[in-house]
Amino acid sequence: MSDLKISGLHKHYGSFHAVKGIDLEVPSGEFTVLVGPSGCGKSTLLRTIAGLEEASAGRVEIGGKDVTWARPRDRDIAMVFQNYALYPYLSVYENIAFGLRARKVAAGAIDKRVKRAADMLGIAPLLQRLPRELSGGQRQRVAIGRAIVRDALLFLFDEPLSNLDAQLRDDMRVEIKRLHQELGRTMIYVTHDQIEAMTLADRIVLLRDGQVEQLGAPLDLFERPATRFVAGFLGSPKMNFLAATVTEGAVVLSDGTRLPLPPGRKVREGQAVILGIRPQHIAMAGAGALPGHVRVAVVIELVQPTGSRVHVNMPLGGTSIIAEFAAHDVTAPGERTTIDIDMNRAILIDPQSETVI
Amino acid sequence: MSGLPFHRRHDVRLALRYVVAVALVLVFVFPIYWLFTMSFKTPDEIFAFPPVWYPRAIQFNNYRVLFKDGDAATVGNSLILATVSTFFAMIFGTVAAYSLARFKTGGENLAVWIISQRMMPPVAIVFPVFLFYVWLGWVDTYVGLIILYTAFSLPYVIWMMRGYIEDIPLELEESALVDGCTRWAVLWKVVLPMARSGLFATAVFTFVFAWNDFLFALVLTRTEVTTYTVQVTHYFGGQSNFWAKIAAMSVLGTIPVFVAVATMQRYLVRGISMGAVKG
Repeated sequence: MSDLKISGLHKHYGSFHAVKGIDLEVPSGEFTVLVGPSGCGKSTLLRTIAGLEEASAGRVEIGGKDVTWARPRDRDIAMVFQNYALYPYLSVYENIAFGLRARKVAAGAIDKRVKRAADMLGIAPLLQRLPRELSGGQRQRVAIGRAIVRDALLFLFDEPLSNLDAQLRDDMRVEIKRLHQELGRTMIYVTHDQIEAMTLADRIVLLRDGQVEQLGAPLDLFERPATRFVAGFLGSPKMNFLAATVTEGAVVLSDGTRLPLPPGRKVREGQAVILGIRPQHIAMAGAGALPGHVRVAVVIELVQPTGSRVHVNMPLGGTSIIAEFAAHDVTAPGERTTIDIDMNRAILIDPQSETVI
Repeated sequence: MSGLPFHRRHDVRLALRYVVAVALVLVFVFPIYWLFTMSFKTPDEIFAFPPVWYPRAIQFNNYRVLFKDGDAATVGNSLILATVSTFFAMIFGTVAAYSLARFKTGGENLAVWIISQRMMPPVAIVFPVFLFYVWLGWVDTYVGLIILYTAFSLPYVIWMMRGYIEDIPLELEESALVDGCTRWAVLWKVVLPMARSGLFATAVFTFVFAWNDFLFALVLTRTEVTTYTVQVTHYFGGQSNFWAKIAAMSVLGTIPVFVAVATMQRYLVRGISMGAVKG
């Protein structure tokens, strides 16, 4: 059974078309992440699901019930907001209990549920404090507590971690993933951060200009992107894109470098393509080239250590490509070296349609 | 002063600042002091020359007369009119302000149009209102003045509350809507507590407006709901002025406002500065 079904959803703001006919079905218990660059309509879509925005056209069903025109309170949803949305004049306890009180839950049950949620999130000692006495991470826990205490059918998260610093963001990400495993509830999570999307999602819905660009399991999208946009959006550092032409069964870059054609691609002789290579699929040349790998001589341009890994820029095919190596492989800028490119995992993109061949 | 060492210059500047501050306080406080002491003076002391700076003995005769003649009841009238009209103006004004702030009711210009009502001089409408009230039979009634004060305060309340409400993060309200509140519950449980300082500050000013009103009360009351501001003028006679009564009545009229401002001071300062930051 699906907890959420969206069909033909449109949202206009005056002349601006924010959501352009989205169809989406979210199975019960799934963690779905809506991801995309800012302005892609992901937050609008989430807010329309919540009933905070009215759909211009289309239909929203939650738990099999048409709620397109229902008020937010009648949708059986709980939501965590980006800025926590805690009431500054209420204690942590009352903040968590707010939704239960609004729904006239019995006092005994409220107490039990608030304490259970607080225990789950490790904020039990903070229950009597006011929000201003909490750190950012603690506030976000309280905001999550407010949602999970509600026991709703659908949990919505609107960029809940974007106000936290990097370290805290990592911790809270783990926390949210753990909560999903414990509660087993359907969660829909909006983020512009592709790492959050990759790590949290059972399924990613990648949005662009108000439309679904691609939808699938995180690894699917990473390994088999449907378009240049998807290939470029997921993965860090970004995928390298090189203009090339198919000549005599090889991919020839603009500087004349010949690389073998990735297997199983339907291309014609002389066709212009864009070659996509992930930085992780480039390695320092080892003892012997692996099958499907091609060896290329390059000059190191720039080195950016990140700790265990190092990002290295080098010119290839008339542009600067980036590769990710193990830290101990590092060479200095200006040094000549050879690299192995895994052509089996490279992709070819049609420059006109920008779709993957 | 440039010849003085730095810390001396600093001391001199500080001393000057205190002198100016004390002088200003004296200028503002003296009339109030004079009013209060006069209300306790005997007629001889009031007219004495050179002036008597403080009464020799505190005597309440001036007040006793006001209560005996029933004149003090006019303070009660003012209190009823100001309190009830403030109550209604705050309720209707806050709801209207919420609508303007969150639903953009009437577009961008309605709010400006509403506040422009406030800029109209009361004297321009008092006579049409008088004729209308005669027709309705509302002259010299509580209802008549309460409705007029409420209507006259509404633009101010709407304008101020709209600013305060716009300052409340929208997410707080949205979160409450998702959590199970209706719009009315959001207004009650989220908007009012969040705008509490602004609410009190606005209420105090609205109260003071109705409390200090003279023109409407003069034209629209006769004997039944005379307010204290009108009553005070009855003590100015063609031949002589009853200074003792004037002083005592004015003190009675000052006390409620003084109490209101003193108890709400904490909110007043915060409320006013909230508006200031908003701009």
